Amino acid sequence: MSSKEIIRVENLTVAFGSFKAVDGISFDVKRGEIFGFLGANGAGKTTTIRTICGLLNPSSGKVFVDGKDVSSDTTALKPHIGYMSQKFTLYKDLTIKENMEFAGALYNMKAADIKKKIKVLADFIKLEFDENSIVADLPGGVKQMVSLCATLLHEPDLVFLDEPTAGVSPQTRADFWGLIKDLSGRGTTVFVTTHYMDEASYCGRIVLMSAGKIVAVGTPEELVENNFPKPFAELVFKDARAVEKIKTEINASVFARAENYGAGLRAEIIDNGRFKIFSADNKNIFEIKTSAPTLEDVFLKLVS
Amino acid sequence: MNNVTVTAVVKHMKKTPALSGVSMTFGGGVINGIVGPNGAGKTTLLRCMANLLTPESGTIAFETGGQKLTPAQAKKFIAYFPQEPSLYPDLSCAEHMQFFRALYSLNAADFKKRSDGLFAATGMGRFRARKAGALSGGMYKKLGLMCVLLNNPEFLFLDEPTIGVDPVSRRELWELIHRFSAGGMNVVMSTSYMDEALRCGRVFVLNSGRLIAAGAPHKIMEDFKLKKFEDIFLK
Ligand SMILES: Nc1ncnc2c1ncn2[C@@H]1O[C@H](COP(=O)(O)OP(=O)(O)OP(=O)(O)O)[C@@H](O)[C@H]1O
Ligand SMILES: [Mg+2]
Repeated sequence: MSSKEIIRVENLTVAFGSFKAVDGISFDVKRGEIFGFLGANGAGKTTTIRTICGLLNPSSGKVFVDGKDVSSDTTALKPHIGYMSQKFTLYKDLTIKENMEFAGALYNMKAADIKKKIKVLADFIKLEFDENSIVADLPGGVKQMVSLCATLLHEPDLVFLDEPTAGVSPQTRADFWGLIKDLSGRGTTVFVTTHYMDEASYCGRIVLMSAGKIVAVGTPEELVENNFPKPFAELVFKDARAVEKIKTEINASVFARAENYGAGLRAEIIDNGRFKIFSADNKNIFEIKTSAPTLEDVFLKLVS
Repeated sequence: MNNVTVTAVVKHMKKTPALSGVSMTFGGGVINGIVGPNGAGKTTLLRCMANLLTPESGTIAFETGGQKLTPAQAKKFIAYFPQEPSLYPDLSCAEHMQFFRALYSLNAADFKKRSDGLFAATGMGRFRARKAGALSGGMYKKLGLMCVLLNNPEFLFLDEPTIGVDPVSRRELWELIHRFSAGGMNVVMSTSYMDEALRCGRVFVLNSGRLIAAGAPHKIMEDFKLKKFEDIFLK
């Protein structure tokens, strides 16, 4: 394996009884990249992460981290990996400091090193709360940043973030992604899952999963271009009450898909010529804007 | 018509003001959205409305079928879906629905119709036999929502129901909630997704425990001259 790749997954299957949660997937992750792992609920994202971290065993196939087979060599890899889980992140009734000390102890860190590192990480996330604050009292976004710190405490060079921004408000999500970019800029590989498609566009490369299988791989731009070479149209109507009616009247040879958007419609145009005729005929159209296809559109097209 | 009227509600959570005197009316017919950043007071407001917290001052009045009700009287007409639902890890999805059927005393025919409808709308039909403890994050959330919706309540209060739900399922859930709302249910939901704010018929924007805007989302965007809805928090 070339040293460019930090993770290599080969034909991985993870089954629970007869159910294949992960069904023969292969991909690799390059050192230092922000790798987005997207997919439907139950697609197998968390299961894959747990397998790469050595917490679950593959039913078949192989996983290599840094060239080492994870099913034979987990203890050697542990110091290099950080994992922020989707379900459990912090003890809510402990303080920030206590949580950090606990996380550090799991990695046999010395008390003095933990103390130093807490300061560095508090600066990194621009923590505005005292380290003696109880975690339960922190706003949701700050909690997630603190659990990122707990994940980074032992300075791993590969971190898995399983939906780190779920339920976090837009401004704080943007700040969180600033941190992810900083990490990657320093050479840390970030493997991240999210259901926010606006975030997915910050990833270097993306794998899109559905029901245990990979349905697409590429950069965000590639995924959008390959699936939607043409822009979308946004239609604003003079009488917004007519939207539902127009939606049902829309000729399938003009639009591939139309959905409510603000007070109007947003649609993928499949035939430009027919679209021009349609829009010239329709007196209720107030304004037509072109609208760039997004990763959310790609997701809706490929996962259903 | 089902209505909830909140008048001058004040509530502190551990000394910090979570709600500093908010007033609004949540009418039926459209989905009411409560929008705001983390810590804006969304959960506190919904919990007060669901009679799980008592405001220090102010009132919350309910109206259903022409009757005026206090929060305590309204309780049996209300379903509340918390941000982090707790389910029984050892019960399967089907068993959860049976458990809630007993709780709501539903007859067999109603139960079957609603339960099948919910399994279909959420895409959970294939996982009826799976234990809640073995569900993925988003599937767990959907099961929690299904249990609440089974009761077909007059008032449905949802606290960020779509966190962790994938984009396809998010749209399906929205359609489902739209149908409930069109059927006369009073739906109030909080969200931190701005695209979802735009899908609500009426939104109530909270920031630091205060109502800073209310109305149809496109109207708010016009009035505040917003390019993106989230810019309202910068005003
Ligand atoms: N211990 C288990 N026993 C049985 N099935 C399981 C177990 N753990 C996970 N599964 C199943 O494996 C599938 C994949 O789950 P996983 O948690 O990996 O999904 P995910 O892609 O992370 O979804 P989400 O976006 O909802 O978090 C699901 O159908 C889930 O129910
Ligand atoms: Mg998951």
